[in-house]
Amino acid sequence: MSEITPDLVRHLAGLARILVTDEEVTQLAQELGVIVDSVATISKAVEGDVPATSHPIAMANVMRDDVVEPSLTQEQALSGAPDSDQGRFRVAAILDEE
Amino acid sequence: MANELIFKNASELAGLLKSGEVSSVELTQAHIDRIESVGEAVHSFLHTSPASALATAREIDQRRSSGEKLHDLAGLPIAVKDNLTTLDAPTTAGSKMLEGWIPPYDATVVKRLRDAGMPILGKTNLDEFAMGSSTEFSAYGPSKNPWDLTRIPGGSGGGSSSVVASFQAPLALGSDTGGSIRFPASVTGTVGIKPTYGAVSRYGLIALASSLDQVGPVSRSVLDSAMLQDLIAGHDPHDSTSLPESLGSMTEAALKGSVKGMRIGVIRELNGEGFQAGVKQRFNESLEMLSKAGAEIVEVSCPSFEYSIAAYYLILPAEASSNLAKFDSVRFGLRVAPEGNPTIERVMAATREAGFGPEVKRRIILGTYALSSGAFDNFYGAAQKVRTLIQRDFDAAFAKADVLVSPCAPTTAFKLGEKISDPLAMYLNDIATIPANLAGVPGISVPIGLAPEDGLPVGIQFMAPARADARLYQVGAALEQLNEAAWGKRMMEFAPDLEAK
Repeated sequence: MSEITPDLVRHLAGLARILVTDEEVTQLAQELGVIVDSVATISKAVEGDVPATSHPIAMANVMRDDVVEPSLTQEQALSGAPDSDQGRFRVAAILDEE
Repeated sequence: MANELIFKNASELAGLLKSGEVSSVELTQAHIDRIESVGEAVHSFLHTSPASALATAREIDQRRSSGEKLHDLAGLPIAVKDNLTTLDAPTTAGSKMLEGWIPPYDATVVKRLRDAGMPILGKTNLDEFAMGSSTEFSAYGPSKNPWDLTRIPGGSGGGSSSVVASFQAPLALGSDTGGSIRFPASVTGTVGIKPTYGAVSRYGLIALASSLDQVGPVSRSVLDSAMLQDLIAGHDPHDSTSLPESLGSMTEAALKGSVKGMRIGVIRELNGEGFQAGVKQRFNESLEMLSKAGAEIVEVSCPSFEYSIAAYYLILPAEASSNLAKFDSVRFGLRVAPEGNPTIERVMAATREAGFGPEVKRRIILGTYALSSGAFDNFYGAAQKVRTLIQRDFDAAFAKADVLVSPCAPTTAFKLGEKISDPLAMYLNDIATIPANLAGVPGISVPIGLAPEDGLPVGIQFMAPARADARLYQVGAALEQLNEAAWGKRMMEFAPDLEAK
């Protein structure tokens, strides 16, 4: 049986910054439980000493020449912003008042 | 009555454009007319740009008539999946999160299309952020399969497959993370290729799972896709995973079209239980044809493929949960502010609640779990080890065979709504396509006729070692020729007439 409880779903949704309703928590706990049980078979496959692969075609430290290239203007970079002010992204308060 | 031009293959149209028999304006207008007549029923496009497509066409015609030497695909219209950024058209990735967003830059592949002078007809539908196998998870409603409008066109790239299968565009670009080009090709009777990881730039592709994503062509013939891959492939300094070396000419490989002496490995684990009878029947007939044409059919075993779906549904959500963190209501996309005087964290959570659909939320939360400290070793860590085992299976198989072969999908197109509430059943559609993404090797889906029991298209998948994409075009074109000779016509000529309805 999976360990995906409603409380865990609420915690994970918080970490992922997704607001969830109680109904969504119940449904997600059930759906994710089924998926997690199914993918749990995977630990059986890798008994013994198997190295991990993070990228299919390994390349390390890919560099380009250190030359300035054209990039977005400030106006372009702000063009999709939901809110901006004086050339900056404007957001709600970072900290709670208390 | 549709202009007969739209039913021709892209390679043939390119020839007509080059010789001046057809103008780009005439060809582009013919496709715009087709979009007007069948576009609503198939729902392939999220956005169309007829005016800018015609402007490009006019410019190309003018340059051609002034004697300028143009690219072979110049003037040929194309459709682009809506997770590739375009400066002059909204790019939504099928999500409410990006509704109306106009990106400040073109994807590298889009820039290649523009530089070659290809009119862009519009942006095609997909499951939200490419998460799905049917387009039913698009926030803007599903696309339909042109062979039967009550069925799925595959996903995530069902917009690109259906647009090509319904003759609204001769070519399209797709992206493939676990089969999103090949599965839609398989169920719509079209050709789709996932090139070797890194063969085509991902710059400007809205990332789903960065170690799996690859951009590739969709078309109605193998040669058409080869010409498109030759245009979009090549090193891009803006993508650090882009391969520095050239993989050679795919067009030449497709024109070679012979399988004499080629060793073709049938994957034992992808040809048995769970595959529809008509799919297996067509698949076996294709093997026979290839064998008669001089190929050597051998059997190979890839025992770790059994774990590929499990590994994929850990690696993909883990990478997606990280990639989709950028949708935070700050720099672009949706912002939803809850009542009162909320902090930025509450704005983010409310925005992501409103902007993401159910499958995206499911996968982000699953990925967050797979990466959490308690679960990491047993899940994400184990999945990365499985990836090594799958690569080893491929290495062993490619020691015995030049290319590997399997049916591209277990079934033909299923009904809209049939699997929408069962995530695991939906995930199984990708059982044959996922291993290629996990190992970074290229794969192609080529149509091989209709399943006798339902009259719907069946696709065969070939896979080749990394960087050997050319072999796929060679064997794919050969099989296509054998089939067309047997049928006396092209695959898409079996398709029902949409305008007759």
